[in-house]
Amino acid sequence: MTTSVELYRTVRLIRRFEERAIELVRSGDIVGGIHPYLGQEAVAAGVCAALGSGDLVTGTHRGHGHVLAKGADPARMMAELTGRVTGLNKGRGGSMHAADLAVGILGANAIVGAAGAIATGAAWAHRQLGTPVVAATFFGDGAVNEGMLLEAFNLAALWRVPVVFVCENNGYATTMRVEDAVAGSITGRAEAFGIPASTVDGQDAEAVRAAAAVAVARARAGGGPSFLECRTRRFDAHHTFEHRVRLRYRTDEELHRIRARDPVDLQGARLDTATRSEVDTEVEAVLDEAVAFALASPFPDPLTALDHLYASGLAARPGSDV
Amino acid sequence: MPWLSYQKALNRALTDAMAADDTVFVLGEDVRVAASNVTVGLHRRFGPDRVLDTPLSEQGFTSFATGAALAGLRPVIEFQIPALLFLSFEQITNHAHKFSLMTGGQCQVPVTYVVPGSGSRTGWAGQHSDHPYSLFAHVGVKTVVPATPPDAYGLLRAAIQDPDPVVVFAPSAALGVREDVDLATLAPVPLGAGRVHRHGTDVTVVAVGHLVHDAVAVADDLAGSVSVEVFDPRTLYPFDWDGLTESVRRTGRLVVIDDSNRTCGLAGEVIATVTERVRLAAPPVRVTRPDGAVLPFSPELDRATQPSRAQLTAAINLTVKER
Repeated sequence: MTTSVELYRTVRLIRRFEERAIELVRSGDIVGGIHPYLGQEAVAAGVCAALGSGDLVTGTHRGHGHVLAKGADPARMMAELTGRVTGLNKGRGGSMHAADLAVGILGANAIVGAAGAIATGAAWAHRQLGTPVVAATFFGDGAVNEGMLLEAFNLAALWRVPVVFVCENNGYATTMRVEDAVAGSITGRAEAFGIPASTVDGQDAEAVRAAAAVAVARARAGGGPSFLECRTRRFDAHHTFEHRVRLRYRTDEELHRIRARDPVDLQGARLDTATRSEVDTEVEAVLDEAVAFALASPFPDPLTALDHLYASGLAARPGSDV
Repeated sequence: MPWLSYQKALNRALTDAMAADDTVFVLGEDVRVAASNVTVGLHRRFGPDRVLDTPLSEQGFTSFATGAALAGLRPVIEFQIPALLFLSFEQITNHAHKFSLMTGGQCQVPVTYVVPGSGSRTGWAGQHSDHPYSLFAHVGVKTVVPATPPDAYGLLRAAIQDPDPVVVFAPSAALGVREDVDLATLAPVPLGAGRVHRHGTDVTVVAVGHLVHDAVAVADDLAGSVSVEVFDPRTLYPFDWDGLTESVRRTGRLVVIDDSNRTCGLAGEVIATVTERVRLAAPPVRVTRPDGAVLPFSPELDRATQPSRAQLTAAINLTVKER
């Protein structure tokens, strides 16, 4: 079982990784911006703490937390965000597609609601192959209105697939309030398919871990899928473009109020001051090294732009013969 | 030698692929009872885990197959009707196809999508008669359209063995084609290799899928006046450009018959590529579905929107007239 210190280390790592990444967006080292995970750290940390190293996750466009919590190297992750050849995806994926198959990360996926069926199929296939694992698939409150996710619920429930559906309800699908987007309830969608669903405080990493542990144990024992609605809050922008173009959908008062329940502080308060400060120092060193590694790494050669397009090695025709 | 039908060849390819490799499994709607005839006998032989009947959830089970492929299996999805490829287009093109590049080569997604009964099935009207192979070639998903029973067998085997997603169109109008075949000669046909069905010296006709048989029939009819070479690309993506170029360099003339809609269809790409490479003796001609075709229900209207032998004959005569 992960200790409170380890959980704190993970939420702190994600928090500071995202803050450092935002600095790199501002400096122009990360192009295209990012969807910051700030405020939601306890969800990825808690769920991944309940998984084993052989288990699988799929993430979202707001996916840095999932990738880090599942164990990807922060330096190679930062190198990916900065488009370097040393990145997890050799600079081919970027923020929204970071993947590390070696540690069970089937990838962040930039299409809302799309990864649920992929995670379900992967977990089903592992059972068929005699190498059973549990898959956790993360998605936001916006995804619960996507038909293909509901199709995945049905398939997972029918075939008792060992998958945990993790809804990070941060209150907004981009700028649309969940109250304006979701008829019925979020957990009601899972319950309609006979999938046990519970709601948990998504700001509390230990509460998330405890709920996820129940779901993972159930899946591992052959009990099929579970659904966790993690009530969380996004502290920053939907995407860093909002730092330049202010979209008025949340008041300063609301932002102030939600930031008062900070998952990093909540978990940090469970540690003594000396331990907490030791972890903070350690995390800072890891990130200093990650940023330095990323910025010192080479960019990919433009002549290799279409490498890996086909696993067979098929070379696509160039756009021009001259 | 036994007569092998195209449909039976697909069934034989699936059976042989599943027998040869435990990681191959079939999923789709009504595959247990083989509603399309392609999965006949598989459920009894390989059981429900390898012949997986799915609910009507095309988007869900298409990405389910992507996940299964990431985990090491080789799924074969059967889509009962070609329009289901529109419904699952995003799952195939935006996920299965892109994962290899987006992950920097960390994974492969060896899924095969088979449509037994693509194109018009006379009387099935607007939403069951599409032939969207050009869409998949456009996005760069490997796409095959076999014309004959041995090629149906060989290309389906090759598609299943390939490490990338492959869409296999089995045209309705070809499913009943039978050929006298030595079964021992059935073997995988490499993707990307075209085939000359009939040699000729005056004009090269590129024909796709079931239209290969129409092209051969027209060539036979015209044999007294025009020597027609019939080139069957078999794989539309990757296309055998070198094989076709070699043929057109000899004949100097090009006609394409293709069951796509005209705008941005395969025929346009064939003509563009050949004219980039070869100085033709006469302007090329294409015979396709009309722009934006929606196949109307009534049989005469359905036929009127598909490429015909009469159009192909006229096209060949036009190109050879301009000597």
